[in-house]
Amino acid sequence: MDQDSGVASGGSFISLNEHEQRYYSGLHSLCQADTSGNLSSGRVAELFKASQLPPGSLHKVTEVCGAKRLGYFGVPQFYVALKLLAAAQAGLPIRLESVTANLPLPRFAELKNEPEMWHSAGPPITESQGGQSGTAPGSVSWAPSDRSTFRHPEVSLEKKESWCPLRSPSSSPPPSPLTYCSYLYSKQRNGADSQITYEGKPSSQPMSQLEQHSSPSNYRTKPTVEHLTAAGASSAEQLEQQGVVDYSDDDPWRITEEQLEYYTNQFKSLQPDLGALILGGVAKNFFTKSKLPIPELSHIWELSDVDRDGALTFFEFCIAFHLIVARKNGYPLPESLPRTLRPEFMQQDESVPETPESVEHLIVFEDAEVRPSQMDQGIIKRIQPSYSTTKQDLKEESCRQDASLKRVTTSQEKRTLQLDAFPRRPEPPQELEPQMRTRTRPRSYSSTSVEDAMKKAEEPPTPPPRPQKTHSRASSLDLNKLLQQGAPGVKSGWLPPPPALPPRPSTSQVPHFINTPEKIPLNKVQQPNFADFSLFKEEEENNVKSEERGLHRFSPSTEDSPNTSKQDVISVHHNQAPQKPIRKKYHAESQNQDAIPPPAVSHPPTAKPAPKLLSRQRREIQMAIRKNKETNAVLTRLNSELQQQLKVRLSSRRFAYAAIAMCTHSGVLTYLGFVTT
Amino acid sequence: MAVCIAVIAKENYPLYIRSVPTQNKLKFHYTVHTSLDVVEEKVSTVGKSLGDQRELYLGLLYPTEDYKVYGYVTNSKVKFVIVVDSSNTSLRDNEIRSMFRKLHNSFTDVMCNPFHNPGDPIQSKAFDGIVSGMMVQTG
Repeated sequence: MDQDSGVASGGSFISLNEHEQRYYSGLHSLCQADTSGNLSSGRVAELFKASQLPPGSLHKVTEVCGAKRLGYFGVPQFYVALKLLAAAQAGLPIRLESVTANLPLPRFAELKNEPEMWHSAGPPITESQGGQSGTAPGSVSWAPSDRSTFRHPEVSLEKKESWCPLRSPSSSPPPSPLTYCSYLYSKQRNGADSQITYEGKPSSQPMSQLEQHSSPSNYRTKPTVEHLTAAGASSAEQLEQQGVVDYSDDDPWRITEEQLEYYTNQFKSLQPDLGALILGGVAKNFFTKSKLPIPELSHIWELSDVDRDGALTFFEFCIAFHLIVARKNGYPLPESLPRTLRPEFMQQDESVPETPESVEHLIVFEDAEVRPSQMDQGIIKRIQPSYSTTKQDLKEESCRQDASLKRVTTSQEKRTLQLDAFPRRPEPPQELEPQMRTRTRPRSYSSTSVEDAMKKAEEPPTPPPRPQKTHSRASSLDLNKLLQQGAPGVKSGWLPPPPALPPRPSTSQVPHFINTPEKIPLNKVQQPNFADFSLFKEEEENNVKSEERGLHRFSPSTEDSPNTSKQDVISVHHNQAPQKPIRKKYHAESQNQDAIPPPAVSHPPTAKPAPKLLSRQRREIQMAIRKNKETNAVLTRLNSELQQQLKVRLSSRRFAYAAIAMCTHSGVLTYLGFVTT
Repeated sequence: MAVCIAVIAKENYPLYIRSVPTQNKLKFHYTVHTSLDVVEEKVSTVGKSLGDQRELYLGLLYPTEDYKVYGYVTNSKVKFVIVVDSSNTSLRDNEIRSMFRKLHNSFTDVMCNPFHNPGDPIQSKAFDGIVSGMMVQTG
């Protein structure tokens, strides 16, 4: 015998199917393995004897499996031995090669202890006769109750499940053992079948093999398994169900990746900003479409709205959607949120909300202006996860991503990346990227914050199209609008947001502008780009990167160049700096933001009369940013808004700019130009 | 431990009534209904300053030989009525207040549910759970 091979194979070449594994582990526990995993030889011997094989075979089995050589039965040896026993019972020679065969489970007659394992065997006994024994060999029921050891020939499918109900004492007289066995067998088989079906394992195979083997090797053939089968099946199924339930607990209540992606898309269709909430009314209309009864929907809402605010965050939305999906597929609604649904998301959820806040801080810190986190979030959403190591790249990507995101088709990854990036904003985008990437989709929320952060650091890609410096809500709304408009322009113009852009207030303005770029039509983008570009060239000071950005922006949006006032705009940007930088950051991360920046751009300038020197630098940066933003999107809106705002603000400074402001982008430029001059 | 808990809408029709099943429900319905008059009277006398929890809690509306009725009104004129057994003297005012607070919180959760139309009877399992927790745990 190849004891060595046997031993080696103990773990290597033995492939146990599900039933075998269960059975064997049951037997293993039955044999009371000691701490080292070795089985007590006494119990093993007992088990072997129960297999009703001649002692010679048993010795051979022991030899082959390697236990003899080792002197004890380790787990691999035990399993090999079991397989060999099965082979022997099936009539195959006891050799290692036999182990690889697909054997039925070894049959052991009347193992006293088999507690839960042999449950299957027990109960059906009473029924016996019935026979549907699909399989010729009756199933040997372990049930301790049946001391009808004659079972031994039967194969007892070891269903670990405790088919307690099946354990009816086997007081049946000998004749019935056959039926009993068959019953058990069928029962087990059925159970196995159901189990298998549940697990997707072809139980038929072992069953068939059992039949085959059992028939020839059975001392008695138990033809009547039918009725047993019936009873067994039900019990087996119950057991299966139990086991299945646990198993299914994870499955239906765990959201898979595809599901998550789908949910995200749905969420975006309702609310493009992943970080925002879906209002109750909106959610109601949406979920009502699922045709579930209202009370159930109400219950689902109760389960999923964990913070009880009457609105759904992204995670809550996923939870609700998942529950609806589960319900539609027939799963009963749980009374409380399943653990796999809730804690996971809660964890992620926690991370998400944190990031925006952190972003906020970052923004404030860098830009000295608080850009509405919402805006950031919006930007983040748009931001694509694919950050390049540099912030600029990130911004670019984000901008592009934003544009795509706006379409609501953005990949979640992007979002995630963006989200991840968001919290890290202050840090180099590169850091954000890896972090974001590591995050799973649900993290997208946080990534947006990271992206935002990044954007700010680099230079807010597109200042939120907020007309004024009102950060927070206003900008976010603008962003949304901008985003929705699409950010075609962003991509074109605003490439790598100037990471170097210092988080000056001016830059904040720019980012604002940049944020909106998603949808900023090229034209508009061009204008700002143009403006930025020109300004940047003129300045060529600190914003090397902004230059790059501006160039990027510029190219796509050369149209707007008429902004002689670009400089003015830039200067205006400076004024708006506090907002812009933040925006820029977003922009960098998500080009979509470009759309927003324009308004922001206009906004800041009027608001702040930054010092000339700083403003110049800011202008450069801002210009680049603004350009990008504009290119991205929303220029139209932003422009109008900015124009209005600019007019209002500029009127205080220079009324002339207001006229320039007529041009979407140009308005800002002119203002900046003025400031510079 | 309450014997009966009721939520009355602003228009004085019940949104939710739940009593200990051993007793005659009708009796409790009647009791709650009559308590509404007392609530109205108290509300009118309490004053205009709203928002103060103390004023939301109306206290003992009226005792009868069998039980005591406590009232609580929200800012939207939704009334909560708790009927407790008179023999249950261990219940202090604070406990009643906390019961009302819990009821109110649970009620707001129900209201936040977009699938719930204000004015409809309350059919929330969570709300039922809260109420069950407060009812007398008798078979």
